[in-house]
Amino acid sequence: MNLPRLPEQRPLEAELHALVDNRLAPRRAAEVAAWLAENPEEAARVHDWRAQKEALHGAFDKLLEQPVPDRLRQAAQRRAMPRLAAAVAWLSLGLLVGFFAHDLPDQTDKSALAASLPRQAAIAHALYSPEVRHPVEVEATQEAHLVQWLSKRLGHELAIPRLGAQGFELVGGRLLPDEAGPAAQFMYQNAQGLRLTLYVRVASASGGETAFRYASEGSVGVFYWLDGPFGYALSGEMPRARLLGVAEAVYRELNR
Amino acid sequence: MYMHDLIEHLPRLRRYARALTGDRFAADDLVQDTLERALSRFSLFRRGSKLDAWLLTIMHNLFVNQLRAQAARPPNDPIDELFEEPAVRATQGDALAMHDLENSLAQLPPDQREVLLLVTLEELSYEDAARILGIPVGTVMSRLSRARERLRDLLSGAAPAAAHLKVVK
Repeated sequence: MNLPRLPEQRPLEAELHALVDNRLAPRRAAEVAAWLAENPEEAARVHDWRAQKEALHGAFDKLLEQPVPDRLRQAAQRRAMPRLAAAVAWLSLGLLVGFFAHDLPDQTDKSALAASLPRQAAIAHALYSPEVRHPVEVEATQEAHLVQWLSKRLGHELAIPRLGAQGFELVGGRLLPDEAGPAAQFMYQNAQGLRLTLYVRVASASGGETAFRYASEGSVGVFYWLDGPFGYALSGEMPRARLLGVAEAVYRELNR
Repeated sequence: MYMHDLIEHLPRLRRYARALTGDRFAADDLVQDTLERALSRFSLFRRGSKLDAWLLTIMHNLFVNQLRAQAARPPNDPIDELFEEPAVRATQGDALAMHDLENSLAQLPPDQREVLLLVTLEELSYEDAARILGIPVGTVMSRLSRARERLRDLLSGAAPAAAHLKVVK
C-alpha cells in the first residue's frame, strides 16, 4: 500500500462514467479510484455524478411501489396472444386445410377435419378469451336467442352445457368461420376471471362418437371429441386434469 | 408474450416515463400508448430478445414523435404535482431538493435526459441504451457526459437545497 507509485495516466472520461455505473472491471475500477484519490477536482465530479444517481432513484423509485392504475393494467391485459398473428395463423391454416380438403378424396376429409378441430378451437380461444369489451357477440342474458341463432347457422340443434357446478358461468357466444363451415364458440368464466371456451362445429352429417383427446397450443390446453353431428373442443389455460374434469361435465350435460 | 410479462414491466415503465416527461399524466399516457403499440406489433417482437428493452424502444419512438408534435407548444411545468405526492418521510429540505432535481432534469435536452435516465435510473448497459435509442455507443457516452455535467451545473447553481444532493452516504 505504501509502495511508491508511478505517476499514473489520467483515466479516459468514459472510464470515469463507467466507474459510476459499475461497468469497470474490478481491477481497473481500483486503479481509477486510486487516481481519483489524488485528483480532488476530478473526484468531485465523480462524486456529484454518484449523488445525481442516488437522487434520481430517491425521486422516482417510489413509482415502483405505487399501484398501477387500472387503465394501464387493462391495456396490458387486452391481449395474451397477438390478435393479428392469431388471425394470420388462422387464415393460413384454413387455406392449408382447404387446399388438402380440395385435393384429397372424400374419406380423408373427416380425419383431416377432426385433426384441425383442436387447433381451430385453441386459436379462437386465444383470440377472444382476452377480450375485455367484446368477448362475445351475444350475451348469456339472451341465451334462448343464442341457442336458436347458432343452431340455425350450424344446421343442427345445439345445446349449451351448464357448468355452474364447476364454478363456470356462461358469458355468451359467437359465430365463427371454420373450414368445416360455421362454428360456434361459447365462453365461460369463473369467479377468478379465468375463461374457458367450448368450440362446436359440424363434424359429420352421419354422426359418430370418439373418446376425449387432448392437444395443446402454447399455454392453451384443449380436450376435443366427436359426438353426434358435432365436433366439440373445450379450451382453457389450466392444468390438464382440471380441464378434463370440466370436459367430462360438458359431455354429461350434453347427453342428459 | 403473456399478460403477466407485460404487467411485470409496468412499474418500471411508469418510473421511466415519469422521469422522462416530468408529468404524472403525460407519463401514464405514454405508458398506455407504449402498451398498445407493443400489442399491435407483437409479431415484430423476436423471441429471446429482452422484453424490457423492446418496450423501452417503443416508448422512445413514441416520446420522440410526441416531442416533434409538441414542438410548437410550451413544455408542461412539472412543479405543481411535486407537492401533490410528497415522499412519505420527506422533510421540507428533501422536497426542495427533489423539486430542484426534477426542474433541472426538465431543463436537460431530451436526448441527454433519455441517456442519463436509461443509464442511471434504469441501470442499463451503454450498449443496451445505444440499441434502444438507435445511436452508437460513442454517442451514448458523449450525451451521458454532457448530461451529467449540465445537471451538475444546474444543481449547484439552483438553490441551497442542492447541498442535499452532495451528501453521499
